[in-house]
Amino acid sequence: MAKIASSFLDISYLDSLSCQQSPIHRLDPRAKVIATAFFIVSVVSFGKYEITGLIPFFLYPIVLIALGDLPLVYLLKKILLAAPFAVFIGMFNPLIDRAILMNLGPVGISGGWISFASIMLRFVLTVSAVLALIASTGFASICMSLEKMGAPNSFAVQLLFLYRYIFVLTDEASRMVRARALRAFEGKGMGFKVFTSMIGQLLLRALDRAQRIHLAMRCRGFDGEIRVFRQLTFGRHDGAFILGWFMLFVLMRLVDIPQWMGNSVTEFIR
Amino acid sequence: MHMADALISPAVGVTMWAATAGLTLYSAKKLKENPDDSQTPLMGVLGAFIFAAQMINFTIPATGSSGHLGGGMILAVLLGPYAAFITLASVLTVQALFFADGGLLALGCNIFNLGFFPCFIAYPFIYKQIAGDRPTRHRILAGAIAASILGLQMGAFGVVLETLFSGISELPFVTFLLLMQPIHLAIGIVEGLVTAAVVTFIWKARPEILNMAGAARPIGRLDIKNVLAGLLVVAAVTGGILSWFASDHPDGLEWSMFHTSGKEKLEPAEKGLHSLFARLQEKTAFLPDYGFMKVEPDKPSKHEASAAPEKKEPWPAVSAGTSVSGLVGGTMAMGLAGFIGFALKKRHKQR
Repeated sequence: MAKIASSFLDISYLDSLSCQQSPIHRLDPRAKVIATAFFIVSVVSFGKYEITGLIPFFLYPIVLIALGDLPLVYLLKKILLAAPFAVFIGMFNPLIDRAILMNLGPVGISGGWISFASIMLRFVLTVSAVLALIASTGFASICMSLEKMGAPNSFAVQLLFLYRYIFVLTDEASRMVRARALRAFEGKGMGFKVFTSMIGQLLLRALDRAQRIHLAMRCRGFDGEIRVFRQLTFGRHDGAFILGWFMLFVLMRLVDIPQWMGNSVTEFIR
Repeated sequence: MHMADALISPAVGVTMWAATAGLTLYSAKKLKENPDDSQTPLMGVLGAFIFAAQMINFTIPATGSSGHLGGGMILAVLLGPYAAFITLASVLTVQALFFADGGLLALGCNIFNLGFFPCFIAYPFIYKQIAGDRPTRHRILAGAIAASILGLQMGAFGVVLETLFSGISELPFVTFLLLMQPIHLAIGIVEGLVTAAVVTFIWKARPEILNMAGAARPIGRLDIKNVLAGLLVVAAVTGGILSWFASDHPDGLEWSMFHTSGKEKLEPAEKGLHSLFARLQEKTAFLPDYGFMKVEPDKPSKHEASAAPEKKEPWPAVSAGTSVSGLVGGTMAMGLAGFIGFALKKRHKQR
């Protein structure tokens, strides 16, 4: 689980990215959440053999990354890390769907490869949009925007609590893992028994911690309801952001712009 | 088994979102009825515990692979179904946002597959029944294993169904099923063993914690009116969206056979929102002749006619001209998008 361990470093890095100042960061989180949701729905609503129509949609993550001053290479690495599932399921398409749908000169390309390419395009688009969203907004703001948009208070509070204690508990767990690894020779001690008592100890400590937190909260006047302090102002910029992207997505969804551009160019050359 | 956005259709994604939102609202309401305010920090810390516990793994003997805690069952046992569902939903949300484990649209599917089945089916109907009010070591073990296996099997089946209804993957129903269920049987056994071990550990060290979780939230005290109302909403949404499927696939079995026979290949996606958008697209597109999968040999469109000399094979769909112009256009669009990004960044830097 080296991936998970390094992923937690990523969380704090992603969150630090959200503290920057940029036109994208200044937008109301609700505007970004809504635009991203609409983006994802438009992208996945294409037919399964669509390739060219998807390409203009790269504009959205690219604009977020460029204007939000986000590190492109880092985000690309994260996308690659998340890729195995989509690749695994998508790989079956070329194996199963072998009807030739497209000829590029002498090379025939089967429907399976086309739909596989389409899946990968969708994957990169949707994942990059979500990563750009979180990196330009920050987790706390997203939770607040969810609560403002009607998610139950207890769910928003749960997300905030969870986020707060992920760092504390994963630090603890990684210390335990390191301690065990240093004492485990030739794989001894990596078995089920030690694992069980480690998890059990971690859980007991987590429970104790929850109790202490609860008492501390009670001391500070907690009455069962958490009031999330939020200063979200939905301005004209935010409305324009949503509306602009909305119209652009509808246009890109209905009109295959690359095909049109390609046709005009090839016509022109001919 | 986190589903990705790339593999689902909007109809499936939105339906599952609606179902999950309903379940979350319902669970939140149930929690509010319970005046136990120590629950709030407990849920938060246990959610974080799931992440932390996944960093600790063990080697599975004789396989060379390693296992770790999944989390659904243990949360249900420690917190009861409602709090466990909300906690799991929050865990999956964080995974989707930060690790890109499952997409935003697929989040509804993922919370449903990994949260609903263990919390609302496997825990009350299997674990509680087997472990009972006075658990013993063996009862905990049997209950945890049975509940984990069944919960994961149902979740895996959910993944298969959702993927098939989305129609993006070509995997035939039976193949996909044979792929998913055995893998998750193995995972379920490991998950059950881990859950049983942790629950037994807690049961020995701090028995009052388990009693608390069991006693504070009796199951069966369901408010039927609310459940019905929720179900009605879900049914209406589902019906509204699934009615698009219904016309194409009158019967699930028939549909899976159709899929397995591999005949659907040359058709454009004809279900759900796809078809709605596709129809809209046909009406509005500048270039109705585009598309390598449209089989219309009878009426060659304008563009194909212009590219006719190159077309030798009887294969109807595509002239090389259309493919090439698609490639050219795609590259241009990609370049343009990249250029816009580059320009924006430049301008931003200068300021």
